Amino acid sequence: MSWHWLFGNLTIKELAFLHNPIIAPAFGMMILAAVTVPLVLTYKRKWTWLWTQWITTVDHKKIGVMYLILAFIMLVRGFSDALLMRSQQAIASGNMGYLPPHHYNEIFTAHGVIMIFFMAMPLMFGLWNLVVPIQIGARDVAFPYLNSLSFWLTVIGAMLVNISLGIGEFAATGWLAYPPLSGIVYSPGVGVDYYIWALQISGIGTLLAGINFIATIVKMRCPGMTFFRLPIFVWTVLSASILIVMVFPVLTVTLGLLFLDRFFDMHFFTMGMGGNAMMYINLIWIWGHPEVYILILPAFGVFSEVVATFCKKRLFGYNMMVWATLSICFMSFIVWLHHFFTMGSGANVNAFFGIATMIIAIPTGVKVFNWLFTMYRGKIHFYTPMIYAVAFISTFAVGGMTGVLMSVPAVDFQLHNSLFLVAHFHNVIVGGVIFGYFAGFIYWFPKIFGFKLNERLGKISCTCWVVGFYVAFMPLYILGLMGMTRRMSHYPADTGWQPFLIVAAIGSLLVAAGIFFQFVQIVYSVINRHKPEHACESDPWDGRTLEWSIPSPAPFYNFAVTPTVSDIDEFWEAKQRIKAGEKIVKPVYRAIHMPKNTGIGFVIALMSGAIGFGMIWEIYWLVILGVVGVLAAWILRSFDTDVDYYVQPAEIRKIESQALPEGKV
Amino acid sequence: MKQVTTQSHSDLAQIAVLRYNTRENIGSEQKEFAVNNRCRHLAYGVVGAACSAFLTGCKLAILNPKGQVAIEEKNLLIDAILLMLLVVVPVIIMTFWFAWRYRSSNKKAVYQPSFRHSNTIEFFCWGIPIIIIAILAKMTWTSSHRLDPYRQLEVGGKPMVIQAISLNWKWLFIYPEQNIATVNTLTIPANRQILFKITSDAPMNALEIPQLAGQVYAMGGMQTKLHVIANHPGTYRGLSTSFSGDGFAGMHFKIHAVSEQQYQQWIKTVKGSKKVLSQSVYDELAKDSENEPVHYYSQVKPTLYHDTIMKFMLPKSKADFGKRPLETKR
Repeated sequence: MSWHWLFGNLTIKELAFLHNPIIAPAFGMMILAAVTVPLVLTYKRKWTWLWTQWITTVDHKKIGVMYLILAFIMLVRGFSDALLMRSQQAIASGNMGYLPPHHYNEIFTAHGVIMIFFMAMPLMFGLWNLVVPIQIGARDVAFPYLNSLSFWLTVIGAMLVNISLGIGEFAATGWLAYPPLSGIVYSPGVGVDYYIWALQISGIGTLLAGINFIATIVKMRCPGMTFFRLPIFVWTVLSASILIVMVFPVLTVTLGLLFLDRFFDMHFFTMGMGGNAMMYINLIWIWGHPEVYILILPAFGVFSEVVATFCKKRLFGYNMMVWATLSICFMSFIVWLHHFFTMGSGANVNAFFGIATMIIAIPTGVKVFNWLFTMYRGKIHFYTPMIYAVAFISTFAVGGMTGVLMSVPAVDFQLHNSLFLVAHFHNVIVGGVIFGYFAGFIYWFPKIFGFKLNERLGKISCTCWVVGFYVAFMPLYILGLMGMTRRMSHYPADTGWQPFLIVAAIGSLLVAAGIFFQFVQIVYSVINRHKPEHACESDPWDGRTLEWSIPSPAPFYNFAVTPTVSDIDEFWEAKQRIKAGEKIVKPVYRAIHMPKNTGIGFVIALMSGAIGFGMIWEIYWLVILGVVGVLAAWILRSFDTDVDYYVQPAEIRKIESQALPEGKV
Repeated sequence: MKQVTTQSHSDLAQIAVLRYNTRENIGSEQKEFAVNNRCRHLAYGVVGAACSAFLTGCKLAILNPKGQVAIEEKNLLIDAILLMLLVVVPVIIMTFWFAWRYRSSNKKAVYQPSFRHSNTIEFFCWGIPIIIIAILAKMTWTSSHRLDPYRQLEVGGKPMVIQAISLNWKWLFIYPEQNIATVNTLTIPANRQILFKITSDAPMNALEIPQLAGQVYAMGGMQTKLHVIANHPGTYRGLSTSFSGDGFAGMHFKIHAVSEQQYQQWIKTVKGSKKVLSQSVYDELAKDSENEPVHYYSQVKPTLYHDTIMKFMLPKSKADFGKRPLETKR
């Protein structure tokens, strides 16, 4: 008790990794990494390099790379959870399996939270950061320092979730933490607090990033880049950013109210005292449904770029694609109730939201047809991203169909919260979002790093992912029809579910092989980056958009000369013009205005982490330290006038002549 | 599992009779299922891909309904899938066909980079999905009203009311007309419509009996309704489908649909039970427990269901505020 002022509610008893045999090795690995990395850095004398080149960077490409690193680390974490769940359910037929229910509940909650917030979102932001500025001919995002802050807030959120593995516990409520279960009465532990603070901190990061990308796309397009000449990927990023700006505040407020319920005994969502859990469920889905479109729209954008590039053909029906994107963006706001038709809202309400949901299938169908007719009369080169695209179109058609199926309320009464639902959303998230971002990752990798990823290993990994996905999730559709509900840690043997769950577990192992080969692919390609099959020019795929007009790896200022655009697929058209005999104009270099690095974003994020951790354990000195730290850093930054510099023409000439011996458009 | 054993050791001989009937029933169910639904299942097999081989052997509760509501829901499901397959199948075929046909190594295929817009194709790209969604929207509107769980079914007779309360982690069923109650088991007369009035004295749950009707949430301080009918006698599986905490996986029960005569007999047996569901017994029952065995109560406090909902409406008083006082926080 006497140590309460120092440690709050944190006691030895709460250190789960000390007494849980399943958590101990996993957390041990994390501790080992947390100790080894600084030691290696010290030994190699790399601290300065880390600080000046990465932690304080405001370069969108480096921030993008760091987002991707975060995403891949969290993919491993989230996927480990998936393997635990699949193996538990494969075993627990008529017995309790090897995971106690409470631990199982924490695992599926963590799996959902990590995969959506700390794997899919960082993967998405990684690609946005890498690509959006160089696709619109800009030197960086609109607010580079804000960008760095967004990233570090996301990292801190992810770290809080990981800390909860060993210190205390994570929420055992399902990934959206419905009250009253997530209220203080039914979840008295710190799990839900970890959930709230991790999402609050990273959610603010996401909101800021959304603002940043809207500003970037609206204000920083190069001359001639009108809205209807934007690459489709940029359009989808703009739509997703609009969604972020409109719905992430809802998430922040909702979780804020849940926090007030838990911490100050308020009654927004409790069962009694005027509280109403239905309000939480409505609010969280007003954020949650657009959230899935935030994830999928940019994946559609990636496929639009990939299909056009590898079919050597302009995207079919560009204008239709834009309108389809915008209508999906708009419609996604008015369908949230389809996540709880079973609440008893009444037939009119259910029918309205059901029909609104299925209307989204129309523009989505248009997109699918547009990709197909881009392939039609194209010349398709089957590099790994294109294979992902073909796998995506066929898989997504099935996922879309089961989605529309469940938008019929009377059908949803039977399938809601069943494994059919689980199979459906994995069908669209794995088959759509994940395949999309992996395709984008492989596609844009050479632009950032200056060498290609190994094709052979990429294809092996892609095959494992696609086959593994089908083997893992098709049985779940059948289990849903058998009446198996989600989130069951064990089930009676007479249900006959076990064989299907064993098949699903085998599928998850295939996906594990896919992830393994992705890492092999990256490591192998880095080691062999100088070999000819990995070498790449500025334009390895015979690309169509502006990013391929600059050297690979892209110089820190992106464009030595701001490009001028006169058509969709400007770079492709320029190449055609040059082939037709147009002269290349010798570039005239002018001084380039660039932002200076700053560590303020990192400091603010770190201090936010202190606030979060302090609030979770009620360590108030830490909270005060965090608040003071954030404010001090903020004030310090606002008095800092030395935030930019110019790159002189002589230096540009030197860099450009090294990177690109011949002249360029 | 614990529940099943307890049930078989139950002193109620009636259950054994029901069991026997059930086993017969399952045999005939599968035959009927195979004949009636072969066509639809073949179509469904396309969706289930390689898994169609399993279909005959497994218990596809939702495709094997035994009550009018679930039958209509299943038909709707199959019709919607067939309708959408009109687009999905061509899309999948086109994907692989185009991918193969226009591969770069195929020198015979036409390469036409200028083909980037066609009003005709775009007319069909929008038109066909719009027509299909319009048909589906019509089906949705009608079925949402027809299969509204609050709507009384179009069969003769007034619905028999059963009040369901989800507790941590078991189901309490009160038969107000008979003044009896059960835990984790239900017996209902077949061919008579049942109105479930549902609430919760625990985190949110959902009541579903897949072979009879879809689910509706159970929420504290609120009442939801679900109309159900069993057109065939038999034993079906009921469960909570909305995750509610550590004992959630054990929140399933058997529901026996029996003839009117057997039902009356069953009530007599329950009436013979020595246990009475008073408020204090209820409070004890409402405490957390996992895999709760079956209980029968010959009498119930008449206002129990009403009180369970209304206690959340009362002004703040710690004594009234349910089983766990607020100050247990941390």
